[in-house]
Amino acid sequence: MTEDIKTLPPSHITPDLIQQHGLSEEEYTQIVTHLGREPNLTELGIFSVMWSEHCSYKSSRIHLKRLPTEGPHVVQGPGENAGAVDIGDGLAAVFKMESHNHPSFIEPFQGAATGVGGILRDIFTMGARPIALLNSLRFGELDTPHNRHLVKGVVSGISWYGNCIGVPTVGGEITFNDIYSKNPLVNVFCLGIVKKDRLLRGLAKGAGNQVLYIGAKTGRDGIHGATMASDSFDDASEKKRPNVQVGDPFLEKLLLEACLEFLEQDLLIGIQDMGAAGLTSSSCEMASRSGTGIELDVAKVPRREPDMTPYDVLLSESQERMLLVAQPGKEDAVLAVCRKWGIDAAVVGRVTDDGVLRIREGDQIVAEIPADAIAEGAPRYDRPSAPPQYQEILQALNLDTLPDVKDPVDALLQLLDCPTIASKRWVFRQYDYMVGTNTVVCPGSDAAVVRIKETGKALAMTTDGNSRYCLLHPYMGGGLAVAEAARNLVCSGAKPLGATDCLNFGNPERPDIMWQFIMAVEGIADACRAFDIPIVSGNVSLYNETNGLSIYPTPIIGMVGLIEREDDITTQWFKQPGDVVVLLGETREDIGGTEYLKIMHSREQGMPPWLDVEREQAVQQCALTLIQKGWVQSAHDCSEGGLLVTLAECCLTHPSTPLGATITLSQERLRLDALLFGESPSRIVLSVTEGNLAHVTQCIQDMEPKVPMSLLGHVTDTDTLAVTVQGEQHATARHLSWPITDLADRWHNGLTRQLGIEHS
Amino acid sequence: MNIGIIVFPGSNCDRDCAHVVSEVIGQTAHLIWHQDSSLNGMNAIILPGGFSYGDYLRTGSIARFSPIMEAVIDFAGRGGLVLGICNGCQILLEAGLLPGAMLRNKNVSFICEDVYVRVENADTPFTNTCQSGQVLRLPIAHADGNYYTDPVTLSALQANAQVVFRYCDKDGHSMPSMNPNGSIDNIAGIRNAKGNVLGLMPHPERCAEEILGNQDGRLIFTSLLASLIGNAALTV
Repeated sequence: MTEDIKTLPPSHITPDLIQQHGLSEEEYTQIVTHLGREPNLTELGIFSVMWSEHCSYKSSRIHLKRLPTEGPHVVQGPGENAGAVDIGDGLAAVFKMESHNHPSFIEPFQGAATGVGGILRDIFTMGARPIALLNSLRFGELDTPHNRHLVKGVVSGISWYGNCIGVPTVGGEITFNDIYSKNPLVNVFCLGIVKKDRLLRGLAKGAGNQVLYIGAKTGRDGIHGATMASDSFDDASEKKRPNVQVGDPFLEKLLLEACLEFLEQDLLIGIQDMGAAGLTSSSCEMASRSGTGIELDVAKVPRREPDMTPYDVLLSESQERMLLVAQPGKEDAVLAVCRKWGIDAAVVGRVTDDGVLRIREGDQIVAEIPADAIAEGAPRYDRPSAPPQYQEILQALNLDTLPDVKDPVDALLQLLDCPTIASKRWVFRQYDYMVGTNTVVCPGSDAAVVRIKETGKALAMTTDGNSRYCLLHPYMGGGLAVAEAARNLVCSGAKPLGATDCLNFGNPERPDIMWQFIMAVEGIADACRAFDIPIVSGNVSLYNETNGLSIYPTPIIGMVGLIEREDDITTQWFKQPGDVVVLLGETREDIGGTEYLKIMHSREQGMPPWLDVEREQAVQQCALTLIQKGWVQSAHDCSEGGLLVTLAECCLTHPSTPLGATITLSQERLRLDALLFGESPSRIVLSVTEGNLAHVTQCIQDMEPKVPMSLLGHVTDTDTLAVTVQGEQHATARHLSWPITDLADRWHNGLTRQLGIEHS
Repeated sequence: MNIGIIVFPGSNCDRDCAHVVSEVIGQTAHLIWHQDSSLNGMNAIILPGGFSYGDYLRTGSIARFSPIMEAVIDFAGRGGLVLGICNGCQILLEAGLLPGAMLRNKNVSFICEDVYVRVENADTPFTNTCQSGQVLRLPIAHADGNYYTDPVTLSALQANAQVVFRYCDKDGHSMPSMNPNGSIDNIAGIRNAKGNVLGLMPHPERCAEEILGNQDGRLIFTSLLASLIGNAALTV
């Protein structure tokens, strides 16, 4: 695509050229208005990337305003490289989640790797040392070689980049559904720690201050990457492989250390990562945020290849580059730090006070655009939205025609075997999740827990989102994602402080997709407000569509919570025989949209579980209170697969010694499948010692509002999960049992079996 | 005691080692930049884990040419204690301070998990607070930990009790099935003939504190400290 553009005469902007740049005629007219003249080719390129969906959020911005972004803990809300929340002791946790979906489909290894690189830069440009990575991945089912190839490529790309730079990948989640076969999702979350009063921002203040470029040399890679990420795919998308950038984690490690030295020596006014749209977006955004202008000389930009035009240099998405504004007189100190770490650095321009982004090549001005016009002046669309006609068909699920489960023993084995539920050890074993020696709870519990060496406290973090729920009811799905993330943190002993969102959707020009987006954002916003959890950063990825088929609406919530005392850190697995198993919350007839319905009936339909935010809050508050009183041995939330899968995981996931359990469930008026595999939210399985049971029961009874509680049974040292289901009134009880070794085999090996990999 | 931790570009366990040296065994940790050339005043040296120079070439092969490595070789030659962990171990092999080489793991993937190792020789400056035959649970995190050496060198290592750790099961049985990476003779760590240089692939610094759920790795650091205190002659 870029080849075509360059061969055309620079001053002649044709309709074809406008279209090739992904701009509409109307948008072109706006450009002419902003400039008061026709743009030249370089300027057209700048507008093209900056007004792309990926950079401008033109379809989503007006809706994102609904999200709550403020709160007592918020140190930095959306609009910077990342958000930040106060974690006490003068420290802030800086975090953000971002997508790298399009590149990862075209080139899974480098696409995923550079996704990790990009999110890390967002964190350390804020002056924070990154201490944890998580990722949410979505793939098609593993029955095709191409999907298996994508999984292996993405996982090894994440592993390569994260391990090399030495930031632990401590958790995340992966689910599988054929809807992602041609649009896999790679969402990467990173968190760092910084002293609250030392937070750096992407500012370009002080006319006359020098602008420095540091990091990798600029090449032609990734030109128009942001435009590619704002387009849907067809079968020819493979040809876009040259648009995918190549990562260099070693160089990024050097950049990371250099940036933290800048901070230590207090050398900077502002700094910004060159991510999507490279030098163009970093300079525009810094100037626009500060109400200043920037003048750059592209001739001074370090280059990897000859004969690059200003157009190439400005739009390159070469990785591992930063733009920064030094404090007056400290430029030499910046250059000295770069020399120490062996990083290229050059003064490429200066801050001006005229609000203009002015690009020179030596003496010649090659582009001149008001910075605000590109950044804040981008179009805003209130795109038409309407619920799709298929929505009612999707939501219709007549339980009278759905036979109840006949063989629950086999159903549990099948669920544990399905890759969405099965152990992800094959994946996280490839990630260095321990480097930094802060990982207290490793991958495989409800949330990852990372200690803060300086304060003796810890942070819990998780990423969650169930796209099937969102497909069936986008509003409810959005709320449920927030609820589950918070519940996972609470189960780890943390109080949620803030969240980041990564909103993956299809083509926003389609009213049904736009409707999904608006509804999901509303669901997230309402739930965040109810739980008092602000969204401090985020990312929108649209056009996740191939050959006209969109992904399920997939908003992912990344959430961070604080654990005040080490003793409160809690894990999901049963700890010792004799402990009592307690269920907080209530099981309802929630079969719609469940993993059970998909696996056992090949149906993805019905209404998803209904979220009662007051009940959810009460259950979470109750669990956290019990944990903080020191009465909880283990806590695990109920999610995909329902109560039986949760109980099996409590038995199986102990890192060294799996335990058994003897459980009695009362069926009352529920269907058996709903009782065992339904996915009613707001449920947590706890285990407590016999000695603390009286305290626990009393405490729960005293809770206001009331929290339903049932005693399910005991943890045992047998090799059996035994479940007795008491039928209605006089019906005979049903006895189900599984050898733990059978459950373990399915759960441990489900994923590798489907990937066609022998154990290890 | 002053313990120097060498920082190569791409080292990423340097701060973790420094944390254990200062907070767990209460000594002074000095982060020493790879372009320095002096180890004056150091009582022992640690080459930490990480990806020196990105490990884009063979692991450790570029770091071995860093200016500080001459000083490390000299330090070791004078009997100074040198501990190489993971990438540090790979650098010791490349620098010729230990025999043999590291190959890609047999499954060709990066592996991060806890393994068991048996202490084969408790009479070294790095294992003297362990019991001979003691089983330690230590994490590994590497893609190139498949130790290889020629049969003659292997026999010499075995004969001179230079094999310090072998991968095993939790009861101490060193079987091929307990070998995570394909390492010859299940070797997880070796020392030099003189006994003052140890390289191991597992990360003892990652399991030296109660909060991390495992303190087996602390023994390596307490042994090092005991050797330094007990033998002032080792202070070079």
